[in-house]
Amino acid sequence: MLALTSPVDTVFHRLPAALKLLVMAGFTVAVFRVERPAVMLIPLAIVAAAYAIAGRAVLRQGARALRPLWPFVAVILLWHGATRDLATGLALTGRILSAVALANLVTMTTRLDEMIGVVNGALRPLERLGVRTGAVGFAIALVIRFTPVLIEKGRALAEAWRARSPRRPGWNIVIPVTLAALDDAEYVAEALRARGGLPAGATERNRHGT
Amino acid sequence: MERNVVMIALFAALIAALGLIPTITLMSGVPISAQSLGVMLCGTVLGARKGALAVLLFLLLVALGLPLLSGGRGGLGVFVSPTAGFLVGFPIAAFVAGTIVERFRAVPLTWAAMIGAFLGGVVALYIPGIIGMAITLDKSLSGAAALALPFLPGDAIKVVIAGLVTAAIARARPGSLLSRP
Repeated sequence: MLALTSPVDTVFHRLPAALKLLVMAGFTVAVFRVERPAVMLIPLAIVAAAYAIAGRAVLRQGARALRPLWPFVAVILLWHGATRDLATGLALTGRILSAVALANLVTMTTRLDEMIGVVNGALRPLERLGVRTGAVGFAIALVIRFTPVLIEKGRALAEAWRARSPRRPGWNIVIPVTLAALDDAEYVAEALRARGGLPAGATERNRHGT
Repeated sequence: MERNVVMIALFAALIAALGLIPTITLMSGVPISAQSLGVMLCGTVLGARKGALAVLLFLLLVALGLPLLSGGRGGLGVFVSPTAGFLVGFPIAAFVAGTIVERFRAVPLTWAAMIGAFLGGVVALYIPGIIGMAITLDKSLSGAAALALPFLPGDAIKVVIAGLVTAAIARARPGSLLSRP
């Protein structure tokens, strides 16, 4: 399973993940404070400049990631066009686009193992309080491992269905896929108990899922 | 302990897998994915607490940058987009659905799961979803609710399916139904 990180290396890849997340959080809070349409050009310019620095490959991937937003943009512009307040509509559109685009840029320029590192770092204080945080890292690794397994099982079941029925496979696939998840869980849990159980802390599992 | 953690992880993977199952397109042309069905099942099969944890784990992986949301979406952008409220509603939905199945033992499982899936996967999911759209789009709550309306028929179908699937799971693997041990 591929993460959304861009394979093309940019300057942003080299920045610490925690810093990027803080900048993104600050930017998002700020952009939701902006009310005046003209001022909205500033965050838009910042995001455009960041994408320009990141380069064409990241820009193309970023544009694709914004595609689910177009229905909302259409609704806003139609609404505000009808109420003759297009400037406000454009400002709203700018707010949504710049916030989502910057967040996507952080995702595209941060590797999965760095993100997991941030999660483990955030869990470490809890660990000191005696919470068994090892379960979190282990659960993350399990999801990454088993999502493709379940997708593949669903695909095989759909194919088997098509081979026998003239109708399209529908929701009936959900029952065997859910059963597969339950059965896999029981097997894994049993195997885990046999090997001495869950790891105690997050620190010893720092490089999970890479 | 081990079993609970693994169950939570596998159901997080199930939500992701169901998001990729070919979507049914309703007569109105609105596509529906089985992803929120996965959220409902987390609650009705795993129960309130473990179901909500499975959904939170799924959202954590989406935030870390895995394209697990239906349509291959993921990353931090989805948490600031107009539909972010629905993601906030996901774990609440599983919790509510699980609570109904756990508490109303006198009600037959199929019905309890359907009621839970409706109150969780529709009512509890749409409240933060609509509030989120109202905030990001700067619209009234009723205006935002109108935008969510086309998806309701699909959700009605998913509520029925969630009830039937939960009952089928209970028959096939009675020991694995953590919501009614």
